[in-house]
Amino acid sequence: MAEERKKQYLLGNAAIAHACLEAGVDFVSGYPGTPSSEVVDTLRGVKDPWYYLEWSVNEKVAFENAIGASWCGCRSIVTMKHVGLNVAADPLMTSAYTGVKGGFVVLSADDPFAHSSQNEQDSRMYAKFAQIPCLDPKDVQQAHDMMTAAWNISEKFSLPVLFRPTTRICHSKSDVALGEETPSPRKGEFVRDPKQYVVIPAHTRPLHAILTKKQAEVAKYLVEAGYNSATVRGERAVIAGGISAAYVEEILPEDISLITIGAYPIDADWLAEVVGKHTEVLVVEELMPVVEEAVRQVAGTVTVHGKLDGYLPHEGEFSTALVAKALLKAGYLKEDPFPPEKQPTAVAVRPPILCPGCLHRSVFYAMKKVFKDGVFPSDIGCYTLGLQMGAVDTTICMGASITVGSGIAHSCPETDVVSTIGDSTFLHTGVNGLINAVYNNTNQTVIILDNRITAMTGHQPNPNTGMTATGVESPKISLEELARACGVSFVESVDPYDLTDLLETLKAAKEKPGVKVIIAKQPCVIMNKRNGVKRSRYVVDAERCNKCGACIRYGCPALEIDENGAAVTTALCTGCGVCADICPAGAIHRGGARQ
Amino acid sequence: MKKSYDVLIVGIGGQGTILASNVLGDACVIEGRHVRGAETHGMSQRGGSVETHIRIDGKFGSLIAPGSADLLIAFDMLEAVRYRHFLKDGGTMIVNREMIVPTSVFSAKLPVPQLDDVAVELKSGSAKVVLMNATDIAAKAGSPLAANIVLLGAASHELPLSVASLEEAVRRNVPQKTIAINEQAFALGREAL
Repeated sequence: MAEERKKQYLLGNAAIAHACLEAGVDFVSGYPGTPSSEVVDTLRGVKDPWYYLEWSVNEKVAFENAIGASWCGCRSIVTMKHVGLNVAADPLMTSAYTGVKGGFVVLSADDPFAHSSQNEQDSRMYAKFAQIPCLDPKDVQQAHDMMTAAWNISEKFSLPVLFRPTTRICHSKSDVALGEETPSPRKGEFVRDPKQYVVIPAHTRPLHAILTKKQAEVAKYLVEAGYNSATVRGERAVIAGGISAAYVEEILPEDISLITIGAYPIDADWLAEVVGKHTEVLVVEELMPVVEEAVRQVAGTVTVHGKLDGYLPHEGEFSTALVAKALLKAGYLKEDPFPPEKQPTAVAVRPPILCPGCLHRSVFYAMKKVFKDGVFPSDIGCYTLGLQMGAVDTTICMGASITVGSGIAHSCPETDVVSTIGDSTFLHTGVNGLINAVYNNTNQTVIILDNRITAMTGHQPNPNTGMTATGVESPKISLEELARACGVSFVESVDPYDLTDLLETLKAAKEKPGVKVIIAKQPCVIMNKRNGVKRSRYVVDAERCNKCGACIRYGCPALEIDENGAAVTTALCTGCGVCADICPAGAIHRGGARQ
Repeated sequence: MKKSYDVLIVGIGGQGTILASNVLGDACVIEGRHVRGAETHGMSQRGGSVETHIRIDGKFGSLIAPGSADLLIAFDMLEAVRYRHFLKDGGTMIVNREMIVPTSVFSAKLPVPQLDDVAVELKSGSAKVVLMNATDIAAKAGSPLAANIVLLGAASHELPLSVASLEEAVRRNVPQKTIAINEQAFALGREAL
């Protein structure tokens, strides 16, 4: 049937978003995080939607909003990246007990190889931990099709369904057959049922028993629905989980069986039966050995290869070429279908860097000037790239700069601690750390890098933007008042393009004990460009340039060295003018007019 | 095994690699053929190196194995060097004769690469190498930003897709008011080869 439907060349996340429209979603919430962000971004771009949609301040908040909607009988989805699920783990665990009413899908996008993440955790473990079904698509078409069905599964078993695409699904494109959009006919209604929704111990105990009882039914259903299936055609088999199935299918010889696992929990009886038809199996799955452990439990005398005996790595992303190596090692392939790898030629690295004119660069520059021996805890966002300027000493997770900074400040009282955090991250989980730092009398300077948008993930609005996800104006939070309400007495706002003022404010903060908050305000330069803000370029006066390299060390991509060794600005210049303040020779000035 | 025609498009964040890959993807859909694509998002948009994989007639994974790409389209000569090990023996690369020197070269005081040296380096392998001034050609068509479409025009001699479907895919993917410029860019790119 799929072949008859309309086909489009779509990004995985856009196909997933379309599936939400086909299923008649009522409520959408999430917190941006690569690679998940485009699902909500696509849905918020729909004209005249019938559903409610929001970017929430963090994943826990987003999750709890969505489960509330589900309890009113509405179909809801909450989206995040894998590490965001840690933030939402608290309600996740208990929502499996309470169950759902309207279908409730938790999309947690995993990032094998940590393309843009701080770790490679496997969301399937959370599904197992919470005892909820998990759907793990092998390609974009299946991601679309599974997503359409996810709400039915959720409603059938009254359980949240974890949907786990990986980066290579979210950010892959494919010809995808789509179905028709189905506007929702539902109207939310909350029916009081404390035994279900109030998890006091007396209610929790029977709810746990009900949850346990559901597991076997779910596992059986996932086989009946075809998400876990087997094609038996030889003595040996490959068992592939999620996206690995696509890699295996491309190169698997016809006399080797293929067992694909697209959903969890895996029915142990079914698995034992299909594994038992073989003498040897090779399990191929990215990250944790979830399938492999299930296989080993039922394998009996069947030989099992996989991660646990070193045939495949626990870490990183797979590819057809990598899978081919494992098949060769197991003797399932006679020769490598791919040519031997050539060594890439060494070329100067081109890592992502802070944009020309980015406010973060001047803040980091000034910070290093004033706090020469300071410690600089930082956070998750574009500004993590300040690492390249030596201005980021720690990063673990969203909101952890002020809190880690507090730990360091209490442990090393002689050291200046300067924590940096973006506006969105501050509102996500940073503000709790600020409250705690003040309450517990910490000595540290906190710099809120306020570019008024969630830039890293593709410019989603947040409560500091003054606009909701759907473009409706909303009250803009005052970071100054918020900081004061947390008990901070030193709260200063600065323009980071005014280097003199920035340096003076930092020096003033350095002199004072306690928690000092400096809010560095300039809009994201990418947003400025989109909004048509234009500033004239700065240029270098070649006669005045003494080739000292001070501006080059600043690291702005709009500054280069010409063939004579003098500095020049390029067309990338956005006119922030910070380099003019830095130049000791006074050789840099606004284009045309010498200052 | 492999029946797809594999194209790697590489450049620097913001140069239009994703739009170029969308043109190829849509051309496949227009012809009713399968296609798989993988693209770089997130951090690499901040001036980083960007790679996009497109597998025409691809039915499985979206990643091209190193050493097996049929065609490499590069928006920058240094990026062509960085990714050329993806190309199969005797494959073709179509490269914009442009070079943005990474900021890391200046900050680390490394020798600044020269266009001619890089051109010699690129031609040292087994690949068929086409160097073209795509940005100049695009400027003639009306906008230097259309260099990506000029390169696709040049690539149209190699791609297993009809010129008509490529042209239609260009129209579908570029901003409405730039359709004429991009049609011209495609035609000039095709003529240049």
